[in-house]
Amino acid sequence: MATKTPVSLTATPIGTLYRGGEGMWTWVLQRITGVSVFFFLFVHVLDTALVRVSPEAYDTVIATYKTPIVALLEVGLVGAVLYHALNGIRIILIDFWSRGPRVQKQMTWVIAAIWLVVMVPGVFFMLKHSVEALFGSTP
Amino acid sequence: MSSPLAAPRSQTRNKQRSNFELYGWLFMRISGIVLVFLVLGHLFIMNILDGGVQRINFAFVAGRWSSPFWQVWDLSMLWLAMLHGGNGMRTIINDYAERDQTRFWLKMLLYVATVFIIILGTLVIFTFDPSLG
Repeated sequence: MATKTPVSLTATPIGTLYRGGEGMWTWVLQRITGVSVFFFLFVHVLDTALVRVSPEAYDTVIATYKTPIVALLEVGLVGAVLYHALNGIRIILIDFWSRGPRVQKQMTWVIAAIWLVVMVPGVFFMLKHSVEALFGSTP
Repeated sequence: MSSPLAAPRSQTRNKQRSNFELYGWLFMRISGIVLVFLVLGHLFIMNILDGGVQRINFAFVAGRWSSPFWQVWDLSMLWLAMLHGGNGMRTIINDYAERDQTRFWLKMLLYVATVFIIILGTLVIFTFDPSLG
């Protein structure tokens, strides 16, 4: 750069969509959940590939998915994927819906509410399966 | 309010510039919408419906992949999710790996791993042999 013009920092900078507040934190979470799910996807394709080795090899590895601790990790996975999906829809609405950027904060609270409403019964049923497997269930 | 930025002295847009990043941006949104249905459907069926993950074993997989519907579902999910995730990882590497060498090798590792998983997963779906069970 030939000349350096000092950029004045006003009290309310232009374009605050990704600076602080809902805009930034949803973006940070989108990255964290995205990377986490991507790494799981690698492992998941590899474990599924064991169906080509032998039924025993596949069933042995899948048995680890049925243990209580991994069941909790699966709850985390479902929560991460659900957040990533809902916030992805919010991003698409910000990009393509004319009113999107103006209501991005409200949309953040809407997706948070949807996430909770879906996760509460979701977690209940996922853990119900684990508890039944652990302590036996009524037929 | 006057702009503090100087006017550009030369055209920044190169003649041979490709639209790769534009298509990547668009692909993230289109594949994202499709994946919402494919992945959330997959998670619902596998983790919540009936016995959830407790009922999954070799026979369960054999039953599902006997239907072309679930084969196409799983194949689309594999390709779209790997490309969507791979492009997301590429963006993150470009953002945070500052040294040229680091950025280059991280992306090479990403591309090799992504292609490997896509090919492996595709072969598994197409060459699955239920008679092993």
